[in-house]
Amino acid sequence: MADVMTRLEPDTRAVARGLSDMTIRNLFIIPTIAFLIIFNVFPLLYSLWQSFTDFRASTTAPANWIGLANYRDLLGDEFIWRNFTITAKYVLISVSGQVVVGFGLAMLLNRAIPMKGLITTLLLLPMMLSMAVVGLFWKLLYDPSFGIINYFLGLGKFEWLADPQVALFAVAIVDIWMWSPFVMLLSLAGLSAVPKHLYEAAEIDRASSLYTFFRITLPLVAPILMIAIIFRTMEAFKTFDHAYILSSQPTTELIAIRLYKMAFLEWQTGMSSAFAYIVLIMVVAITNIYVKYLNRAKAR
Amino acid sequence: MKRFASRLLAGAAVGAFIAPAAMAQELNIFWAEWDPANYLQELVNDYEAETGVIVNVETTPWSDFQTKAFTEFNARGSAYDLIVGDSQWLGAASEGGHYVDLTDFFVEHDLGNIMAPATVKYYAEYPGNSGKFWAVPAEGDAVGWSYRKDWFEDPAEMEAFKAKYGYDLAPPETWAQLLDIAEFFHRPDEDRYGVAIYTDNSYDAMVMGVENAIFSYGGDLGDYETYEVEGILNSPQNVKALEDYKRLYSYTPPGWSKTFFVENNQAITEGLAAMSMNYFAFFPALLNPATNPHAENTGFFPNPAGPDGDQHAALGGQGISIVSYSENIDEAYRFLEWFIQPEVQKRWAELGGYTAHAATLESEEFRNATPYNEAFYQTMFRVKDFWAVPEFAELLTSANQRLYPYVVGGEGTAEEALDALAADWVETFKKYGRTE
Repeated sequence: MADVMTRLEPDTRAVARGLSDMTIRNLFIIPTIAFLIIFNVFPLLYSLWQSFTDFRASTTAPANWIGLANYRDLLGDEFIWRNFTITAKYVLISVSGQVVVGFGLAMLLNRAIPMKGLITTLLLLPMMLSMAVVGLFWKLLYDPSFGIINYFLGLGKFEWLADPQVALFAVAIVDIWMWSPFVMLLSLAGLSAVPKHLYEAAEIDRASSLYTFFRITLPLVAPILMIAIIFRTMEAFKTFDHAYILSSQPTTELIAIRLYKMAFLEWQTGMSSAFAYIVLIMVVAITNIYVKYLNRAKAR
Repeated sequence: MKRFASRLLAGAAVGAFIAPAAMAQELNIFWAEWDPANYLQELVNDYEAETGVIVNVETTPWSDFQTKAFTEFNARGSAYDLIVGDSQWLGAASEGGHYVDLTDFFVEHDLGNIMAPATVKYYAEYPGNSGKFWAVPAEGDAVGWSYRKDWFEDPAEMEAFKAKYGYDLAPPETWAQLLDIAEFFHRPDEDRYGVAIYTDNSYDAMVMGVENAIFSYGGDLGDYETYEVEGILNSPQNVKALEDYKRLYSYTPPGWSKTFFVENNQAITEGLAAMSMNYFAFFPALLNPATNPHAENTGFFPNPAGPDGDQHAALGGQGISIVSYSENIDEAYRFLEWFIQPEVQKRWAELGGYTAHAATLESEEFRNATPYNEAFYQTMFRVKDFWAVPEFAELLTSANQRLYPYVVGGEGTAEEALDALAADWVETFKKYGRTE
């Protein structure tokens, strides 16, 4: 800490007022820490306490301590397990789709092509849009009567959102369309950092393009790709906006949607706090697995 | 400079004393964003002209209405003095201490007799038959139906219908006829469909749609006084009602899986469906040629009767309540006194609001004012509503989880769906100590 602290010149006004280095450091740090405690740590701990009570924010009744009952009820609820299964499927489809599409696009853009800058900018547009807006216009694109998707694919009146078996894929496709550019952007940064001499050496050795990809490109881009996967997995777990707008199928009720209903429609505040903690633990656990792989990839 | 500062301080002190009095000259009413809220704003402009009190009608989209209202309640916020809240909220808002008890006001002004009986029962009283009132019926509403008159009156269609079903094609009077007509007009090859119904399960849309069938088939959702559900919710007539609602779904336009009032009006304006279920409050748009190219050919009928002649409809609409945390409660009472006057209720109806005032509703003038007012008048004396207990949202969630997969997803049977729902509701009532 002492290394990073800059010592003040003896003739500065702060020194003239008698402010020590420590005081100045505290003046900068304490407001930030106070802000974090008030807006992050306190709500986190308060909601943790609420998760062990039967508190309902919609009533004036006091919160009663009920121990682990909320957690027990949630983990024994068939619908909650269904929500978890749906979310797991969604995360898998969505994130893997984004990685394939995003990395593929990055590979294409990593070559010398005309108007590369313009194409890259255009490809980035989806992730700059509001998720609610994206949900609304994809609802129109998917419309069986006048939607352009069925028209181009020649699918007649195929029901993307009304068919319970297809609706989750339809929601995931929207997420893939929206967030593949994010993976593409990070992958592009990784690809451009791969030393050119490695490719030249591989060419001299007459290595096949497949061999070059798996032995040079992928290992060197893997750490940054893993970061993209971590971000997208965490985000996919929290998906709400476009899934809520696009479909009301039980097969597309992700955990964020169920959590919203529980907390703000049913006002089961204690129960929803417990639910949020279960989700938090799961996301932290999955992220940790990824981080472990990330560290392994970096070590290589 | 010193003199200026002392004058500034004196001015601020006077301002501080005046401010509360000035604030009492303004009332804020919270409602959902829809046409009746605009009509209410027009109405309350008259109040401002009469009293000098400014009344603002603040709105939020329907999807956000309940969340925003209860967030404000939970924060004990005084942003709103009055709220035009959903009938289902009565339990949560009264038991939560968010609404002012209006029982004395109700009795003093004899509102139990002045307002239509169903609106008093469902918009104002909680618990049922308790004699405690929390709202003044403000916007009466119920589910009715719109239909394409030109399709129904086409001689070729009439002939074909009679040949197939053996009776004349006309607005349905029974659910059996409703199903026949929906089937008759369902022609996907011609981009013409039989019927538009509510299917959105995000909140209460689909449940209210199903209620129209259940209530007219002679069924109920349970005993609202004893909280008994088993044998009532999953009764044979409810099973049949749910089966027929699912049958109606098979005659809807493609992709009809998340639909509520907007989509159901679009079914008529875009010439998609022969008949469409919707709340009466949304019918004015169907008579406006600017919003409905088929306005001249749009007709209306009340929810048809069930197999045994029962004829009911799901209740919509809201009552107006005083928020406990308002800083202008006296002024809010004065506003309600003005609002319940017969001439104000008449003006409310003229502007497009659906009055719950019995005398205004029964007047020939009101019943002939629009093509759908007669159907509305008939319906308002036959409405039934969902549970108004504080845990109504949990009951709604269970209903959506059980009914939607059957109606839209085609999973299981109606009996299985209702049996499971009855079991869920029994558990919920046990959890809140309403039953043992």
